[in-house]
Parts: sequence; C-alpha cells; structure tokens
Amino acid sequence: MSQEIRETAQKIIGKYSGDPTSLIAILLDYQDAFSYLPREALVEVSEAMEIPLPRVFSIATFFKAFSLKPQGKHTIHVCMGTACHVRGADKITEKFERELSIKEGDTTSDLMFSLHKVYCVGCCGLAPVVMVNEDVNAKVTLQKVPSIIKKYRK
Amino acid sequence: MAKAYRIEVMACTGTGCVSNGAFEVIEAIREELKKKNLHSEVDIIATGCNGICALGPIMVVKPDNIFYKEITKKDVPYLVEEHFLKGRPVKKFMYTPPEEKEPIPLLNEINFFTKQVLVALRNRGLVDPEVIEDYIARDGYAAFAKAITEMTPEKVIQEITASGLRGRGGAGFPTGLKWQAVRRATSEEKFIICNGDEGDPGAFMDRSIVESDPHSVIEGLLIGAYATGASKAFVYIRNEYPLAVKRIEIAIEQARDRGLIGEKIFGLDFNFDIKIVRGAGAFVCGEETALIASVEGRLGEPRPRPPYPAEKGLWGRPTCINNVETWATVPVIISRGAKWFSSMGTATSKGTKVFSLVGKVNNTGLIEVPMGITLKEIIYDIGGGITDGKKFKAVQTGGPSGGCITAALLDLPIDYESLTAAGSMMGSGGMVVMDEETCMVDIARYFLSFTAYESCGKCTPCREGTAEMLKILERICNGNGQPSDLETLGTLSHAIKEGSLCGLGKTAPNPVLSTMKYFKEEYESHIYKKKCPAKTCRKLNEYVIDEKRCLSVGHGCDICKKECAYDAIIGQTKEAHRIIQEKCVKCGSCYDVCKFNAININ
Repeated sequence: MSQEIRETAQKIIGKYSGDPTSLIAILLDYQDAFSYLPREALVEVSEAMEIPLPRVFSIATFFKAFSLKPQGKHTIHVCMGTACHVRGADKITEKFERELSIKEGDTTSDLMFSLHKVYCVGCCGLAPVVMVNEDVNAKVTLQKVPSIIKKYRK
Repeated sequence: MAKAYRIEVMACTGTGCVSNGAFEVIEAIREELKKKNLHSEVDIIATGCNGICALGPIMVVKPDNIFYKEITKKDVPYLVEEHFLKGRPVKKFMYTPPEEKEPIPLLNEINFFTKQVLVALRNRGLVDPEVIEDYIARDGYAAFAKAITEMTPEKVIQEITASGLRGRGGAGFPTGLKWQAVRRATSEEKFIICNGDEGDPGAFMDRSIVESDPHSVIEGLLIGAYATGASKAFVYIRNEYPLAVKRIEIAIEQARDRGLIGEKIFGLDFNFDIKIVRGAGAFVCGEETALIASVEGRLGEPRPRPPYPAEKGLWGRPTCINNVETWATVPVIISRGAKWFSSMGTATSKGTKVFSLVGKVNNTGLIEVPMGITLKEIIYDIGGGITDGKKFKAVQTGGPSGGCITAALLDLPIDYESLTAAGSMMGSGGMVVMDEETCMVDIARYFLSFTAYESCGKCTPCREGTAEMLKILERICNGNGQPSDLETLGTLSHAIKEGSLCGLGKTAPNPVLSTMKYFKEEYESHIYKKKCPAKTCRKLNEYVIDEKRCLSVGHGCDICKKECAYDAIIGQTKEAHRIIQEKCVKCGSCYDVCKFNAININ
C-alpha cells in the first residue's frame, strides 16, 4: 500500500519536472488521486523537491481543498453561499448529517461519503445547491436529500 | 463554407442549466431531429450561460429569437414536432412574468433582458465556448489584432485610461493607471495575472464568463500583455469551478493552435504564453499579494503594500493583476473606443457592471447593466420583484466586505462611490436580495462565520477579533444576548478594521456595522425580547401545528411526522398532528416540508 502511494506520488511529481513552485499543483493532484494527502506522499514531495516537510504540511493544512484524512468515495459539498444561506442551506446540512449519521467535515465509516460545507460554488441562481463530486444538484429541498444520497450509494 | 440552417437552437450549457439536465435535453433534441429527418435543416448549438439561471435549461431559437425555459427531456418530441417541423412556437415553454397570464415569446421583449447592456457578457448565448471559430465570427481577436498592428503600447494604455475602466474585482482601481505603472517599471521580465479566485459568496460572474466566453479573457490578456510589456500570463481559477478550468484549458489550446499564443505572434516581435493555476480553496487568495504568494507555491498570506505588485509582484517582477471581468471588458474598449465606453455610467464609474442577482428575487441570475442604474430597476424591472410577493427588506452587496442597503435607498444610482457612501461597497458584484423573512442579525452572523473561517490568521485582530464577534452574534441569535453586546461589537469592529493588513480584515466587520446601523431594532428584539422578528433564528422560535388546518386542508398527511428526526410530532394519518414542545429541538424541518402552511411559528 505504502509502496503504491510512493509510486503514484513519484509519477505526479515527475509531471512537474522539479519546478519548486508547483507544490500546490502537486498536492491538488494528490488529492485527486488519493482523495487525501497520505503522509508517505508528502514525505516523497518534500525529499524530491527539497522542501522542508513542515513547509509542505503548512501548505497542506492552509488550503481547504486538502485533507489529511481519507475521504469517502463521494464528496458532498453543501453550498453555504449567501444565496443558499438565505434559502435554508443550514437545514440542508443538518438533514445530510442526520441521513448519513455523521457531522459536517466527517466521512462515513464505509468510506462512501464525506460531508463538507463550501462557501459558494457560484450557482447562486439555483440556491440551495449541493455539489456531489463534480455534479451540481440545484434547488435542493429537505425531501430531496435522501434521493441524492441514494443516487450515489450504488 | 459553413452550412446554413433554417433554424438554429442556442442551448445554454452554463453550470446552472447543466445541473438541470441541459446536456440530456440537447442529446434528446439531436436524436429527435434525426428521427424526423430535420438534422440538415435544424442545428443545435451548446452555448455559454444566458444569465437567467433559475429558469434552466433554457434555449433560444434563431432566427426568431424565441425564448424557451425549463425544457425537460420528455418535452422534446412535442417541441420538435410543433416548432421545428410545423413552425408553431410552443406557448407552454415560453416565459410568463409573475402576475401575468400571457407568455412573452421573444427574448428581446423579456424585461430581464431589455434593460441589460452587454459588454463583458457580449457573447452571451451566442457562442459555443469550446469553439474558437464562434468567438472569431463575433469579431473575436480583432481588437487584439488592432492593438498590435495599429496601436503602440502607450496608445493602448491611453485608450484604457480614457475609457475610465476600473477594476471589477471590488476595489475599483483605475485599470489604465495600473497598466501604466507596470509599463513604466523596468525589468527584463514582467507578468500579468488573471484573478479568477472569485470567492465572495453570492457572486458568480467570473465563473460564468470563463465558462461561457473564455476567449474574451484570453484576448484581454493578450492586449494587456502587449500594453504592459509582459510575456507570460497566469490564469488563477478556483478549484471549486471544474467546468471553468476545463473550458479555459480548451480555449488556450485552440488559441495556441491558431498562433495566438506562442512565439512571434502575427509574425511580430511579440511572444506570449498562458499558464493555468488552480486555486486550492482559500478566500484570502483573492487578495492580490496572497494570490501571488500562492502562484509561487507558498502559503496564501497577504503581505503589506507598498510595494504594489505593479512594482514587485510575482517573483519580485512587475506584475499586472486584474480580475476576469476586467480582462473580458478590455477587448471591447479597444475595438469600440474609449469614448463609447465612457458614454455609459456615472461621473466616476464608467461603462457597465455585471451583477449576480440572487436571493429572494424572482429572476435570479447574471445581469450586466450600465453603472448608475437604480436598485429599484435592478430588483423590480430586471429581477421581476420579490419572490412570493413578499416585502423587500434589503439588498446585500459587496459580499462579506459589504453591507446592506435598505428600501429607503432603492432609488440610489449605483456606482463605486454611492455604494461606499451608503455603507456598503461594489465588491465583485454580488447582490443578494432579502425579504421580510430574512433576519439581519442572522445575516451578520453568517458573514462573520465566513470571515472567521476564512481569515488566514496572520493578523491577530482579524483572527481573534472575528472569532470573538462571531461568538457574540451566535449568542444573540440563540437568545442569550446581553445588553452590552452591541457596544462590544462596535469596539471590536473598529479594532479589527484598524489592525488588519489586508482587505479581508479591514472590511470583515462591515456586515455587522451596516446591519447595526439600519436594523438596530432587530438586534434589540433578539437581545431584550428574545424574539427574532423575521422568524429565522430557529432557537427563538416555537413551532406549533394549526390542528384545524392540518386536518381540514392537509388531511393529516403525516409528512411532518416522517420528517421529524426527534419523534417530537404525534398524530396518525388523517388525524390532526401535534408537536411535543419538550422534545422539539427547533430544527424547523417540519415547517419546511409542510405543503399546507399548517405549521406556525410563535
């Protein structure tokens, strides 16, 4: 497992031909490939690019696109933008929390879903909005929540 | 030569319409056209965002300009048969304004569109964002050709300065002056950056422009590079906008294939390259120095200015940074002239501005209007008024840096200065309309939760101050507010404004200050009476079922009981239901799901 992670990490680093400014881009690719930033992969980039590990971690914990814990197969982002807020986004989040039996920020134990809030996905005309992976679910109501989960559970 | 079609269907494929199934509808139309053997007469084109996102999926049928809304897959056979085969436009898919009976068939007669003037959004609904030929056919890249062949870099800057264009990202700095500073700076290398880190919640014009017309941004960058003497551009796009990243990638490749990006462009001594940088989710990176730091692969923290990026920017080189909307506006100024652009707008704010009109308004979406238009025209004429006929309360502009504008200022002509004078700001152009059911204390709490979450932590007053303000606002919303809270909020606000380095902290208290100024009685009601007049703060509400209505209108439908996760509702189907107050956690779910308005808030 650890070996696999290291190999994938090396492949990703290789794409950027040692450009030290591409650290954030590499971490974004990690996030896409592993669904989180495994420690082994962070060590790999630190050694390959001669960036001190604490600096790598400071980047990894500063930006909200990164996670140090494995994420679920599907990531649910409940939009908390202003338009979604005034149309009841917090109730939608609570409904997801109840349906998935997790809190916002956590991942279900079967690693199927992670639930996060996001401040605005820019679909304010369709509020309230929930993004699952890259799909936008528009005008979400409390009653639509279970069917959204069901659609991805397959 | 391109084939001529009898009918062209322009189908919107902005994120809004796509999420409502636009691609499935387009596919279904294609199949249906083939089935009816119409595919050589009728063409369907996937365009960018049309702006009126709430009505998606939408399409405009040319040459007549007939506007259809909310088309679903199952409507397709009927639509194709009636309109495309028999030539009878279908009334039931047309737009009918609220409170009117007859639909409006033509796009150019719908109020939402008639009052708009499209500059940055000039190709809205007219081009396929993934086809460079479409952009070129609309005079695309002609402005760049004009600039590089007929104008000196100084002349280009003069034109931009004379147009009065100001940065559309929020601060409103004159674009021409910025370009001039970069032009004058001596350095062997200069950069330009397109700031597409659109982070204000409630604003989505940059996403829409990049998704719908990416070449307009590239052309703006080309002109800017020529004028300032830069040869490399970085386009910084938020990670939350995957479709925008994809479309600009395609556009850059197409421009490269056409020789618009590369070396010796047009055979002249001008080299230019563009690199896309994906953001990693940090609101503060919309601030120019923080953005530059993150492009360099460092922590996205702002640094003190001066030196400004125009002197010392990316890797210490002079850097010209403008936002997406500004870049997309540049080509039109070059092709149509500064005089034309500056003929629109007010004394200090020229041209047009894109706003995202959202919240409790009927026609939510993206609009572009001349500066100086009044809020009333935007909300009532273009926006079609408040949803469900409710009462207008305020409009929030400028996102977390801005404030609320009340009904008394509905006739205010909008420009950078007037909004600031009213205690708000232009910001990137988010306009969130609020009605009587929006609680202004909750809105202040909401924005503070945003800024506290997004504060990068570098300046203590911003990091600790916003957290402390949030704590107080949460306390007020939960009914535990203390009489001294208002004064404390005021003191903290001034300390944060004074003691923060960048715009995030300097403006973070604005939503609180402006709501305290205009809606003080709402704060007092929460603190002294423990009541939320708008009934938004759920902890202060008591939910009660109108048993008579539940039985007579809803026939005891049982939906609220099923929705209640806390077993706080009792009653059988076909019987009146009741909420056991001791068990109720006041989540408000029953209120939301009841279709019969049988649940009241006391």
